[in-house]
Amino acid sequence: MSEARLVQGNEACARGALAAGCTFYGGYPITPSSEIAEHMVRLLPDAGGVFVQMEDEIASLAAVIGASLAGSKAMTATSGPGFSLMQEHIGFATMAEVPCVVVDVMRGGPSTGLPTSPSQGDVMQARWGTHGDHPAIVLAPSSVGEVFDLTVRAFNLAERFRTPVILIYDEVIGHTRESVRLPDQVEIIDRVRPAPDSVDFRPKAAGPNGVPPLPAFGDGHRFHVTGLSHDERGFPTDDGAVAGALLSRIHSKVADHEDEISAAETFMLDDAEVAFFAYGIVGRSAREAVLRVREAGIKAGLIRPTTLWPFPGRQVAVAAKQVDKVIVAEMNLGQLIGEVERAAAGQAEVVGHLRADGEPITPSELVGAVTAAGGGN
Amino acid sequence: MADVKTYLREWAMPHVLCPGCAHGIVMRGFLAAIDQLQLDQDKVAVVAGIGCSSRIVGYIDFCTLHGTHGRAPAFASGLKLARPDLHVMVITGDGDGLAIGGNHLIHAARRNIDITVMLLNNSIYGMTGGQAAPTTPEGAVASTTPAGNTEPNFDACKLMIGAGASFVARVLAANPIEMSKVIADGVRHPGFSFIEIISDCPEYYGRYNKVGGGADMLTWMARRDAGVAVPLSEKKFVEHVPSSAVPLGMTTGVLERDIRPVFTGVRRQEPL
Ligand SMILES: Cc1ncc(C[n+]2csc(CCOP(=O)(O)OP(=O)(O)O)c2C)c(N)n1
Ligand code: SF4
Ligand SMILES: [Mg+2]
Repeated sequence: MSEARLVQGNEACARGALAAGCTFYGGYPITPSSEIAEHMVRLLPDAGGVFVQMEDEIASLAAVIGASLAGSKAMTATSGPGFSLMQEHIGFATMAEVPCVVVDVMRGGPSTGLPTSPSQGDVMQARWGTHGDHPAIVLAPSSVGEVFDLTVRAFNLAERFRTPVILIYDEVIGHTRESVRLPDQVEIIDRVRPAPDSVDFRPKAAGPNGVPPLPAFGDGHRFHVTGLSHDERGFPTDDGAVAGALLSRIHSKVADHEDEISAAETFMLDDAEVAFFAYGIVGRSAREAVLRVREAGIKAGLIRPTTLWPFPGRQVAVAAKQVDKVIVAEMNLGQLIGEVERAAAGQAEVVGHLRADGEPITPSELVGAVTAAGGGN
Repeated sequence: MADVKTYLREWAMPHVLCPGCAHGIVMRGFLAAIDQLQLDQDKVAVVAGIGCSSRIVGYIDFCTLHGTHGRAPAFASGLKLARPDLHVMVITGDGDGLAIGGNHLIHAARRNIDITVMLLNNSIYGMTGGQAAPTTPEGAVASTTPAGNTEPNFDACKLMIGAGASFVARVLAANPIEMSKVIADGVRHPGFSFIEIISDCPEYYGRYNKVGGGADMLTWMARRDAGVAVPLSEKKFVEHVPSSAVPLGMTTGVLERDIRPVFTGVRRQEPL
C-alpha cells in the first residue's frame, strides 16, 4: 500500500487502469469525465502506453477496439452524450468479443442536460443502449477507493470474458477527493491467447468458460474480425443455426458466470425490517441513513450492488423474504426499481425514492423516506 | 507475382461481389501491390467499414477487421498506435469513407498517421441497393434520386489534400497495373496515404444510368482518364459540370506527396 493521500475519483480510475495493465487510452473530452483523460495522458507514456485524443466518442471506442485487437488492454471514458455515441461500438465489441473498458461518468440528461451535475440516468442505457440482444457487465463504485478497485475489476472481467465492461458512476464520485491508500499490487487477469503454433486456429471456437482464446494482430495468427453474425472461423454467415448458437454463447458466457460477476454489499441487513437498495453515491447516503434511523430504533439495512448488470437479483430476492419493505433510492425517475420489484416478486413492498434534478440524494432525505414509509411496519 | 492464392482465403469463397463488379479487380490489384512490396503476410492488417467494397477484407489472408460503417480509419488508428510494427491499411467505399465516415477520414489525414486508405469510389451505395452517395454526379440516377441527383458531389482527393494527407492519388480499376504501383507507393510512403480508386457498380449505377455492364463501365472509365503529366500546382481539377451524369474527365496519378512528421500518439519516444 502506498501512503494515504487525497485522490479524486476520476484520478483513481486512471490509476486503477494503470494498475490493471492498461496501455492504451483513446477519448474525447466531456464533463464530468475529462480528468480521466488528463491523468491518463500524464501517466500512460511512462508506463509504456499510448494516449490519443480522437475526433469523437465513436472514434474513441473504435480506436480502443483496434488497440485491443493489437494486444493492448485499452479503455475510454466519457459522459452522457458521449456514452450515447459509444453504443454502436459497445455492440461491436460485444459481437466481435473484443475486451475493453468503457467508463461513463453520469451527468444529468437527456441530451446535453446538466453537464456538471450528478445523475444515475444511464444505468438502463448501460444495459440496453446498443441494439440487439446482448449481455452487459456494468460495475458501479461508491467511493474513490472503490473506483480504483472496480476499474481493476473491469479490466479483469473484460479480459476473462472477452467482452466490453462498463464502469459507471456519477459526477459526485468522479469529482470527490478522498484520502485513500491505493494498493501497489493488484490481481491481474490477462486474456487467454492461443498457442502460437496451434494449427487450424478458429478465432471464435469456444475455449474454457465459453470464451474463445484471442491472439493479437501481428502475432502469427491471421484471422478475421467482424460485427456480422459469424461462424467459428470468424467468417460472416446468415445461417440461422450458426447465428443463434453464436448469440447464445455470447450470452451464456456472462449468464453462466453470474455468481462470479454479480456483487452486492449488505450493511446491517441481518435483522432489518426495512432495506435500502442504493448504488453509487446514493449507496453512501443510504448507509448513513441506516445508522441514523437505527438510533431512532428503526431496524434498517442496506443492499448496495457494485455490479449493476448482471443484476444481483438473487441477493435482492433473499433480502425481500426477510424485510417488509425495500426502498429503492436512485438519482433517476426509476430505472433499477423495476428490476428490484421483479426480484422481490411480491415478498416485500418496494417503494422508490427517486430524484432527477441534478442534486444528490442526501442521508436526511433518506431518513425522511424511511419515516414516511412507516419504518419497518 | 506469386500465386494470388497465397493471399486469398479460398475457404471463404465464393465471394459476395456481383459478376462484372470492378471491386474484384481492385482486390486483385491490391494483392499484387502487397506482393510487389514483399511484406510479411503476418504483419499486414487490413481494416474495412461496411459496404460491398469493405467486404473484400473477408477474402484476403491477413489480419482483417471488418468494423462498422465509416469508422475504419478510427479502428485502424488504434491498431497502428498500439502496434507500430504492423502495416495497417484501410479499404473503404465512397459512402463509407465520405458520408458517414468523413470525419474519421479527415482527422486521420490531418494527424498524418502512417496508414494507407484505399477508397473504392463507385459513385453510389452498392451494398444497400443503389442509393445516392456524396460522390454521385449531379444528374445521375440512383434509387433515392429517381429524377437525377441535384446535390453537388465531393472530390475525394481535393478533400484529402485539404485535410493534410501527405500522399494523395487517384487511380482507375480500369488500369490495374498502374493501380498496384500507386498502392505500393502509398504503402511505402511514411505517413498518411490516400488512394482513391475509381471502381464501379454495374448492378445499380450501370443499370440505373444505362451505361452498360461491367466491361462497358470499365471502357467508359478509361475514357474519362485525364492523366497526370504536370505537377499539382499546375493541375486543373475537373470542373463542376452541373446536370451531367458523366464527369468529363478525371485527373489520375499521384496528386500530392510530401514528407511531414508522422503521428504516433502521446508516448515515450525512447523505449523503457
Ligand atoms: C450505421 C449504419 N448505417 C447504415 C448502414 C447501411 N449501409 C451498409 S453499406 C452502406 C453503403 C455503402 O456504400 P459504399 O461505402 O459506397 O460501398 P459500396 O457498397 O458502394 O462498395 C450503407 C448505407 C449500416 N450498415 N450502418
Ligand atoms: S452491388 Fe454494385 S458495388 Fe456491390 S458488388 Fe454488386 S456491382 Fe459491385
Ligand atoms: Mg460505393
